[in-house]
Amino acid sequence: MASILEIDGLKKRYDSGHEALSGVDLKIEEGEILALLGPNGAGKTTLISIICGLVNPSSGQVRVGGHDIGRDYRKARALIGLVPQEIALEPFETVWNVVRFSRGLFGKPRDDAHIESVLRSLSLWDKRSAQVRELSGGMKRRVLIAKALAHEPRILFLDEPTAGVDVELRRGMWEVVEGLRARGVTIILTTHYIEEAEEIADRIAVINRGQILLVEEKARLMARMGQKELRIELQHKVDALPARFADQGLELIDDGQAILFHYDTRGDRTGIASLLSELAGEGIVLRDISTRQSSLEEIFVGLVSEDAA
Amino acid sequence: MNWTAIYAIYRMEMLRFGRTILQSFVSPVLSTSLYFVVFGTAIGSRIDQVEGVSYGAFIVPGLIMLSIMTQGISNASFAIYFPKFIGTVYEILSAPISFLEITIGYVGAAATKSLFIGAVILATAHLFVDIEIAHPLAMVAFMGLTCLSFALFGFIIGIWAQNFEQLQLIPLLVVTPLVFLGGAFYSVSMLPPAWQTVTLFNPVVYLISGFRWSFFGLADVPVGLSLLAIAGFTLLCLGIIWWIFRTGYRLRD
Repeated sequence: MASILEIDGLKKRYDSGHEALSGVDLKIEEGEILALLGPNGAGKTTLISIICGLVNPSSGQVRVGGHDIGRDYRKARALIGLVPQEIALEPFETVWNVVRFSRGLFGKPRDDAHIESVLRSLSLWDKRSAQVRELSGGMKRRVLIAKALAHEPRILFLDEPTAGVDVELRRGMWEVVEGLRARGVTIILTTHYIEEAEEIADRIAVINRGQILLVEEKARLMARMGQKELRIELQHKVDALPARFADQGLELIDDGQAILFHYDTRGDRTGIASLLSELAGEGIVLRDISTRQSSLEEIFVGLVSEDAA
Repeated sequence: MNWTAIYAIYRMEMLRFGRTILQSFVSPVLSTSLYFVVFGTAIGSRIDQVEGVSYGAFIVPGLIMLSIMTQGISNASFAIYFPKFIGTVYEILSAPISFLEITIGYVGAAATKSLFIGAVILATAHLFVDIEIAHPLAMVAFMGLTCLSFALFGFIIGIWAQNFEQLQLIPLLVVTPLVFLGGAFYSVSMLPPAWQTVTLFNPVVYLISGFRWSFFGLADVPVGLSLLAIAGFTLLCLGIIWWIFRTGYRLRD
């Protein structure tokens, strides 16, 4: 697959002296969904704002579809749709007019059929004649998406699309994203809902203090960094584990009613079988066992705190 | 040149104008009528004629100028300040368009609104006094250029302003006094000689003088100078706007 977005050595230092980005390199393939994760102030919005032309970079290069965002801004920006974090819409205009405006603004000829299909896909068709101010918060957010899609972008930026949105609407938003992916639109999503990234992204990039800490396929990331946890419920409470288990990374929890065993899925041998037989050998009777994969959130928190250390 | 984008901006601005057409129409009619009652009837009855023109007719060009200058500024400054205020400016800045296209869209719409208001005032004035326009083409040109240059000026104010107070500051403290002192309601020749000299430093004098010449063939300053002044002012505003977009001043961080 070809890269639709290439970022090389991108830096941004604001006039205040704050360095928001300190050398970002990133390549994004056409058709993928990339989730950009990072704590508040990590540089997510600055990165998106530079790519979209809202903020001037201090140095570095960004190419969208092979076009430099500075020298060839017309071609580069024509490929991009941006859904900003804050709801910003002309309140007194109708949904139809604000969406039609966006298409025209990007230089695309009038195409009512396209606007209609965008509005229908976002369940906004019935509201096309309503003034924006009459809409609920969730609908306004969908109008923002409709505006970003009005000019048929090949790459869509969603900056915290579900911040402050209820669970049902968030699910709905994910379905919209899924539909866009099916049409081949590349999506870059910033979020601090890790659950969201876990649900819909193909790749995850983690950004902290203006630097990309890693970019990896979600599944591989979780497999590589994901620790698995085995929880063993005991038939009878024990006060302490026998000394021979001291170096096996076992943890006695729930007042001695259960044992936690952390293991690595990367290893050839997880050690589960031998652990279980050794426990049996010590006369410890098991009541139940369960396993759990660590979530992206735990991976993320681990990475960011490692970076801070 | 991306005419589709320019038209999109222009159309959106004109839609806003359309939503408030009644007040856009009623307020200049009302204020013009008031000016005629106060200046034309009350004061005019004592002045009679200025350089051979009835006082009522004499103030018409000044009245139109006063309105199109203030309207041009307020329309254009609000047009760009409002998107900044509510945040929708992100879309304009991320669109594949140049500063010139953005400016043409917004300023063109603001100038169109001022032209409309200028025409309404002229028509209203016609109900009160007889006016003959000596140089109709020059009249249209002066009016068009004034609408354009003051809309450009307003556009700059709208970008510069960081709150509603600043938005009002320059029109209120600078433009209105300059227009009132620029011979809107009197001929510069009516002033004592010392004040006549001072007045020549007021750029608005040149605009009103040129515009009045197109009506009555009378001017306080040579017409060529008036044209030069308005062309210079337009170019200055364009230059500032070009600088604003190049540096991102108060638009891009």
